[in-house]
Amino acid sequence: MSIVLDSGEPAGPLADKWDAFKDQMKLVSPANKRKHTILVVGTGLAGASAAATLAELGYHVKAFCIQDSPRRAHSIAAQGGINSTKNYPYDGDSVYRLFYDTIKGGDYRSRESNVHRLAQLSANIIDQCVAQGVPFAREYGGELATRSFGGAQVSRTFYAKGQTGQQLLLGAYGALNRQIDAGRVEMFERREMLDLVKVDGKARGIITRDLVTGKLEKHAGHAVLLCTGGYGRVYFLSTNAFNSNGTAAWRCHKRGALFANPCYVQIHPTCIPASGDYQSKLTLMSESLRNDGRVWVPKKHEDAEAIRNGSKTAKDIEPQDRDYYLETKYPSFGNLVPRDVASRNAKTVCDDGRGVNITGRAVFLDFETAIERDGEDAIRDRYGNLFHMYEKITGDNPYKVPMKIYPATHYTMGGLWVDYSLMTNIPGLFALGEANFSDHGANRLGASALMQGLADGYFVIPHTLGNYLATHKPAAIDESHPEFETVQQEVQDDIDSFLESHQSGSTTVIDVYRRLGQVMYDRVGMARTADGLRSAIADIRKLREEFENDVKVPQNTDFNKYLEVAFRARDFLEMAELLARDALEREESAGGHFREEHQTEDGEARRNDDDFAYVAAWEWKGDGEEHELHKEQLVFENVKLVQRSYK
Amino acid sequence: MATKSFVLKVWRQDGPDSPGTVEDLTEYAKDVNEHASFLEMLDLINERLMADGKRPIEFDSDCREGICGQCGCVVNGQAHGSQRGTTVCQLHMRSFEDGQTIVVEPFRATAFPVIKDLVVDRSAFDKIQQAGGYVSVPTGPKPDANSFKIGKEVSDRAFDAAACIGCGACVAACPNASASLFTGAKITQFALMPQGAPERKRRVSRMVETMDDLGFGHCSNIGECEAACPKEISLESIAIMKREYLKAMLAGS
Ligand SMILES: Cc1cc2nc3c(=O)[nH]c(=O)nc-3n(C[C@H](O)[C@H](O)[C@H](O)COP(=O)(O)OP(=O)(O)OC[C@H]3O[C@@H](n4cnc5c(N)ncnc54)[C@H](O)[C@@H]3O)c2cc1C
Ligand code: FES
Repeated sequence: MSIVLDSGEPAGPLADKWDAFKDQMKLVSPANKRKHTILVVGTGLAGASAAATLAELGYHVKAFCIQDSPRRAHSIAAQGGINSTKNYPYDGDSVYRLFYDTIKGGDYRSRESNVHRLAQLSANIIDQCVAQGVPFAREYGGELATRSFGGAQVSRTFYAKGQTGQQLLLGAYGALNRQIDAGRVEMFERREMLDLVKVDGKARGIITRDLVTGKLEKHAGHAVLLCTGGYGRVYFLSTNAFNSNGTAAWRCHKRGALFANPCYVQIHPTCIPASGDYQSKLTLMSESLRNDGRVWVPKKHEDAEAIRNGSKTAKDIEPQDRDYYLETKYPSFGNLVPRDVASRNAKTVCDDGRGVNITGRAVFLDFETAIERDGEDAIRDRYGNLFHMYEKITGDNPYKVPMKIYPATHYTMGGLWVDYSLMTNIPGLFALGEANFSDHGANRLGASALMQGLADGYFVIPHTLGNYLATHKPAAIDESHPEFETVQQEVQDDIDSFLESHQSGSTTVIDVYRRLGQVMYDRVGMARTADGLRSAIADIRKLREEFENDVKVPQNTDFNKYLEVAFRARDFLEMAELLARDALEREESAGGHFREEHQTEDGEARRNDDDFAYVAAWEWKGDGEEHELHKEQLVFENVKLVQRSYK
Repeated sequence: MATKSFVLKVWRQDGPDSPGTVEDLTEYAKDVNEHASFLEMLDLINERLMADGKRPIEFDSDCREGICGQCGCVVNGQAHGSQRGTTVCQLHMRSFEDGQTIVVEPFRATAFPVIKDLVVDRSAFDKIQQAGGYVSVPTGPKPDANSFKIGKEVSDRAFDAAACIGCGACVAACPNASASLFTGAKITQFALMPQGAPERKRRVSRMVETMDDLGFGHCSNIGECEAACPKEISLESIAIMKREYLKAMLAGS
């Protein structure tokens, strides 16, 4: 069966497409909405906003999350802010400008129509959230404050101190709670979706595991919305939360959903470096720090070595012996180059042996100049909470000694392939938020993931889902349909045989998973080569074998955190290979995907628009089989493709 | 790199209905890197327990950076340990002495039954929020965001109250196991902001009554909650809640 990737976007001028869609879409009558059950998997910004809005409209909603409360989804950790084209500062922002910045930032690898809709909806999000009582930062006059973020030339980022994700999520959680209280949303906490149930080719339900009792459950519905976040933890160490995972998306992939652009991963330059093998996560330090911090390493190898072994400190290095490599290489952007450029350069100097912490994988972010210029109080005013957090984690005081930072996996631009309606190629299966691939191309701009999650959940899906239901009219079925028993039994058999075959072994899940992360970070990370990717694939396969044969897993069938992690790690061991394969196949550099073979003389990413301006959508062909590649050609009618330059 | 060893005692309980007991895990708590966080120390103990064929310690965590509120346990008698304004995931082993005794127990409260080891059921917190911790506005066209003018000071205070992460340390720290700081924080956020005004009476009466019904104790102004709160939510929230409640009662809502 050949798959045709049709975005399904309406014809006509870009700026009119969303209105055209809404004018033409079919509606579900109010009385009928009640008869439709919608399964929303995940309660981050995308899931909570979708579940609340659909319930308000009258649908019967069942929502699921892994944590003990919907309020704890990983969205809660977002710090910096959310973009919107409100143009309150009157500095020339517009829908077109945000659209353009997002397309360009994504290195021309996203779909124009989706991105334009996102920019259009960005203003509604702020209105909605303020009406909910989200306490955004404000000016003395009582109006909303904005800041410029991630090198944008306009001030379009709204924020709530360094806790923007928290406040937005609590707003959506409140809206969700109102619907739970009204009896229109049934909330299932501590549940993990382990499989998708299809009937007549349509998504009709899910199988979940109750993480407290270990029992499997069947849930039938008229549509399934995956709002399960990104797959950054395939790198083991990342800024993502401990329970973030790719399992729900991967299991849907194995049921036929195409996985798009898996190799587009964002590695964020300003994170606290790993310092030992006990480490479980890496903490992001907001990139706003690069406004005042200067990035450097010693020029001389012996100085770097002396810093690593503790015989010298940063202060001992004379100014002329410091290499402020971003300032030298990129005179006009300096320390404010985009995330991927900053990350890659940090790797280069550390590969060269000039890293400054015990592992050799860190560079300095130094505030000495800024403190001399503006005074310690001014710096405390700007970054006090970040400095405090840094000191808490590392024990170092950044007012006195430079911070040490290193890039860490942060965000995954790839995800399930979706059309303009956010529907995957499986009818009735939708993907929202970070779980889909749709809006960020090969690289995501700061403060735009929160925007996308809320646009998808509050403003897109309520329309596109209704259109699907009214057009496809999925039949009324419930959990007694035999397909539910079949799939549940498959999942149960898998759990049973997994436990049985992992009663003994010489190593643990975490050990193999950590080594997978190392392979991914070193060879499928910031800079990739064909040879490196091929050897990574070989090593991933070996790790998969080791995992199958030699890992010991605790045998409890009820609450068992390590069993949960084992399943997620097992899925990552499969997904990792697809990531490497996608990176190997994409013979160009674009955004977060940098192939060393494809760079300009100055070491910048070189795209190949003639051959690679497409979305790579991969089809699962069965265990042990090679994936099949499908291409959605990207058409650019409204922007001109140019090479990025930050010199 | 400096390592430390501890005398480690951890509460072990197989399930909600099993009796629990403190287990001495000192032999597993040797040579811990002092830069590890408290939860990373538990990760390490678990790797060692599993290598020995023993059941690992179950504990909750997610973000591991002090914002999601999923982690939480009592360390040497104090919710989230003794460091002020810190969740247990942000506590680091460098703040403990080599050889120190560390006793780890779950958050205890009637309204938070133990699920396993250090994992407790905090769903009562969600029920309190469901009773009114929101502004009742559906999704759809809304007035322009700047049509609400809110002074910076008021807005900052509302934010400070809204910063609650719902971890439950306040309940665990309170001798009465009261949820007043948690409930008061949400009520304060909306009592300060104009968006919350239309529903203020209904909100406070429903949330306070739900809190009482769920088995949380009464507030007798002891203040342990504020000391234990990782986000340093102020006791003022409780005062505002009490005032709001009284006003609602007097108005006969
Ligand atoms: C430290 C950090 C800072 C960030 N800062 C910013 C920022 O300043 N601005 C910005 O725009 N973006 C930021 N981002 C990115 C942004 O936070 C995320 O991309 C976004 O919040 C993802 O939202 P989501 O709703 O798609 O998924 P998530 O919030 O990740 O939610 C996923 C949900 O799915 C559930 N789930 C997952 N798998 C299953 C399963 N199998 N079964 C049941 N439930 C499941 C989880 O329980 C959870 O409820 C940041 C990210 C990080 C890591
Ligand atoms: S794990 Fe999120 S607050 Fe501790």
